[in-house]
Amino acid sequence: MTVPETGSSRVKRGLAEMLKGGVIMDVVTPEQARIAEDAGAVAVMALERVPADIRAQGGVARMSDPDLIEAIIAEVSIPVMAKARIGHFVEAQVLQALDVDYIDESEVLSPADYVNHIDKWNFTVPFVCGATNLGEALRRINEGAAMIRSKGEAGTGDVSEATKHIRKITSEINALSSMTKDELYVAAKELQAPYELVAEVAETGKLPVVLFTAGGVATPADAAMMMQLGADGVFVGSGIFKSGNPEARAAAVVKATTFYDDPSVIADVSRGLGEAMVGINVGDLPAPHRLAERGW
Amino acid sequence: MTTTLRAGSVDAGPATAGPRVGVLALQGDFREHAHVLAALGARVTLVRRPEELAEVDGLVIPGGESSVMDKLSRTFGLAAPLKAAIAAGLPVYGTCAGLIMLADTVLDAIEGQQSLGGLDVVVRRNAFGSQNQSFETDLAIPELGDAPVHAVFIRGPVVESVGPAATALATLDDGRVVAVEQGSLLGTSFHPEINGEHRFHEYFLSKVRARV
Repeated sequence: MTVPETGSSRVKRGLAEMLKGGVIMDVVTPEQARIAEDAGAVAVMALERVPADIRAQGGVARMSDPDLIEAIIAEVSIPVMAKARIGHFVEAQVLQALDVDYIDESEVLSPADYVNHIDKWNFTVPFVCGATNLGEALRRINEGAAMIRSKGEAGTGDVSEATKHIRKITSEINALSSMTKDELYVAAKELQAPYELVAEVAETGKLPVVLFTAGGVATPADAAMMMQLGADGVFVGSGIFKSGNPEARAAAVVKATTFYDDPSVIADVSRGLGEAMVGINVGDLPAPHRLAERGW
Repeated sequence: MTTTLRAGSVDAGPATAGPRVGVLALQGDFREHAHVLAALGARVTLVRRPEELAEVDGLVIPGGESSVMDKLSRTFGLAAPLKAAIAAGLPVYGTCAGLIMLADTVLDAIEGQQSLGGLDVVVRRNAFGSQNQSFETDLAIPELGDAPVHAVFIRGPVVESVGPAATALATLDDGRVVAVEQGSLLGTSFHPEINGEHRFHEYFLSKVRARV
């Protein structure tokens, strides 16, 4: 018998595999976490403020209060994720000590380091990181990320950036698949990513970790569109609890994610959901307020 | 190059030969199971609807979130035909969440959560704790040969008690049961589908072939 091994890559990436086809919901209270679990969320993201409020209120956004995270962990049985600032390895150490199931090194919070991301290999707990393109995704995986999510533009309810990022990542993967070996060396240079990871993606035709979509998903049809574009699952941030009827909307997004290729189901679940979150058009956001540009 | 299985009901593996095996595709790592089954010669159908269930000779319930699978299977009218199929002897293999779905009794379930049942066992959901406690290890399972089974546990359940109708197939060093069998039903707390361990799927397919 071998000694049981915790924190291996397989175990870290494996949890993301089990979340596939599911919806991960932002929650700011244990009550919201309960609603999310009852509606069929595969996991919740424990936060003090959803991205829409971070955007509205401004200021430095940081890791949530440990009391809040622990209260949410106590409330639900599904995995609980929490966000650390980009590069803030001590926030990540704290979150690991709190026994969260996944850490999101997130551009939604204010970056703590404008040069380095967290060395994620140093942790037992797995990390999910945002990416706007394949090179960024592979740099995060090289640093130890066990799951990638497209960034989108969080807190807007405008799905266009999420669409742009998932399309970019999948088209760059497809381009690699048709390249010869000599071209892959150049592609690695241009993607600013390690050659070994680039060659792996070229051979398998997919990222070595699970790819979710995030940022601006507000309706069942948004979620289904992300799935049709090749996402393995969906994060919904402000879209649920900033809407008129969170219980119904949460359950509808879950169903649309499973039956993403069946328009009749998506039509059915989209009826009578009440107001979607009001939203902000990404084009109206001044460039310094765009979260997707944080991280590199 | 891996085959991509995305659409609702897809074929993989040989077109004519081989048993037709479904993988419950409401949520979770159903594509990993589909790839293993196809590699072993099964024709694979992803099952999300009663009519898809009706065409299969065996079914795998994948890893994922049991509370979500339960909810979706009841909402979309799949739970009742699944229970009927299990009662009629359909071979079913459940991994992790799938084992929970097959257990007659589930501990630490969310309020209102139901299982399909079939396995005369009591299963405790998420029995090892948070993701920090997820692990991989080797298990001795003589029924599957001398080589140990490398087993990956991800927020996995354990079988807390095995009823008279069921048999334990594998235990951890501390004696906790992590694989069980009962007639045509098979359940594991761990995920052979994600680490190239095909012997459980082969064993399951032998049950399917025996019944076709």
